[in-house]
Amino acid sequence: MRSANAETTAAVKKDLRIRPVSFGKRLWMQRQLMLMSVPMLLYIFLFNYFPLWGWITAFMNYNPAKPLFENEWVGMKNFVWLFSKPEFIGAIRNTFAMAAINLVFGFVFPILMALFLNEIRTMHFKRTVQTITYLPHFLSWVIVVGIAQTIFSSDGAVNKLLLSLGLVKAPVFFLGEGKYFWWLVGVINLWKECGWNTIIYLASMSAIDPALYEAADMDGAGRFKKMLHITLPGIKSTFLVLLVMNIGYLMEAGFEIQYLMGQNVVMDWSQTIDIFALKYGITKGQYSRAIAAGIFKSVVSIVLMLSANFTAKRLGEDTLL
Amino acid sequence: MTDTSLRVRHKNHKKLPIFPLVNGTVMILIVFITLYPVLNTVAISFNDGTDAVRGGIGLWPRQFSLKSYETIFSDEIIFNAFFITIARTVIQTVINVVLTSMLAYALSRREYVLRKFITTAFVLTMYINAGLIPNYLLIQRTLGLSKSFWVYIIPTMLSCFNMIVTRTFILGLPDALVESARIDGAGDFHLFWKIIFPLCTPVLATVALFVAVGAWNSWFDTHLYNASKVNLHTLQYLLKMKLATTTNSANAAMTSADAAASTTNTTPVTIRAAITVVSAAPIVAIYPFLQRYFVVGLNVGSVKG
Repeated sequence: MRSANAETTAAVKKDLRIRPVSFGKRLWMQRQLMLMSVPMLLYIFLFNYFPLWGWITAFMNYNPAKPLFENEWVGMKNFVWLFSKPEFIGAIRNTFAMAAINLVFGFVFPILMALFLNEIRTMHFKRTVQTITYLPHFLSWVIVVGIAQTIFSSDGAVNKLLLSLGLVKAPVFFLGEGKYFWWLVGVINLWKECGWNTIIYLASMSAIDPALYEAADMDGAGRFKKMLHITLPGIKSTFLVLLVMNIGYLMEAGFEIQYLMGQNVVMDWSQTIDIFALKYGITKGQYSRAIAAGIFKSVVSIVLMLSANFTAKRLGEDTLL
Repeated sequence: MTDTSLRVRHKNHKKLPIFPLVNGTVMILIVFITLYPVLNTVAISFNDGTDAVRGGIGLWPRQFSLKSYETIFSDEIIFNAFFITIARTVIQTVINVVLTSMLAYALSRREYVLRKFITTAFVLTMYINAGLIPNYLLIQRTLGLSKSFWVYIIPTMLSCFNMIVTRTFILGLPDALVESARIDGAGDFHLFWKIIFPLCTPVLATVALFVAVGAWNSWFDTHLYNASKVNLHTLQYLLKMKLATTTNSANAAMTSADAAASTTNTTPVTIRAAITVVSAAPIVAIYPFLQRYFVVGLNVGSVKG
């Protein structure tokens, strides 16, 4: 019986021609799949990998008018120049400071907001709050910076509020003084993205098993006890995955807001590595130095990403790599 | 005595929904903080220009006027900017949705021999970035795309993140769908277009929304590559230029000289507000209707890719 079965299976297999085929033949059989993917592979090769070639010009005294290899090799000179320039050190400081503020604000407030939104039982009200708080996410940075300049101006709403509460005696020049810049960026980012960032936390909260809450009710746990011991642990893995991702993108402190809001008076506090590279590369035409600054940024990013990923793995969490 | 009063207080405590009230109030406060700056801008845009210079407009215009809107729409440049912005948004979105879903389908087929190689090549691009200047040199010098409409389209045809999200979604669909159609002899293009693409609506609506918002809101590519071509300026870039001209007055208190200079009924402040409203309105009008899609799409994205 069994051998007869095996025989028929073998016959069927032979009939369907399921047998090892050569790599070339399989490629030919999958030509439609290749047509759907290989052009895109070439596309990212051109736009994402080919520009890496430009990194070698960081070790040259590069002049785009000359053929590439006729430029003079200068070794690490451009990097030495960068790190001896206080302006670049300031740009590194600003990038990290604003990134750190964004990171902390970007986790603490959305998680708090999601926790409290999650407690709202009137679905209509909850949905309305959500829809409205998503709005700023869809506005461009040009618009947001324009609005912020109105709100934070010396006769704007924030100063009016502070004056009427008696917290300040004279209007504060939020936009004209460097010491406020980092916090202003943090607050504006928070306004723009806080509501949007609750989406993911709310989703992972809704995936928590309701039986856990019922059991806690039985044990007489109050609202805050349940938030602390069920809801927060329930979103831990989502939180860790996002944390790893965000640490990897720490060097992306944002570019548009600093570029649009940073005027000369606050330049010492607003200039990030990207803006530094843009200024030296495109405005001043010192490509090699600007590319060296970009390489520094990319390398630090990759190191941060790998170490965050490694730490998350040690903690036994899902990771992205 | 004390016993009963305690019990009464306890009862009252249970009846008064203190937490929901406080929570609701905090949420309303958050909504107010979110909306105030936006509504304030709308109010300024409908206010008389000279009057707006005095500042202090809240949620309602003090001296109602449509002058700012008349002014911006009397200039042909805004219609051109509208056209360019809509064109780039539509073209970019369509290209992105088609290429993203097609690639995601190919990379979701487990039997595909190049699957692993191509997926890795794409995932790595999320970590490795050549940086601003090398990309600028590629687009400006090597490809010579500047001063043309195509600089808006060609460098932005595909996003790796969106592709991974879509692929994760396709991997979650039952395999039998594809297998049974394949036994009937359908090719991959047919399978993709007739079976998978329609099923991907929620995730592709999210991708479309993200791409469209990004396209609509971008100004930096205009700034870098097309600043000298007035007929290729986008709405956001027009607004960005207005921002630059009004920054000084927003920065410090308006001096009397500044106020005197604005003899017409419109000042850059109200004009800027009007352009802000006009350029934000389309997206603000659309996103609430796509909410159910992007919530689903985002959650697919949060699943390990």
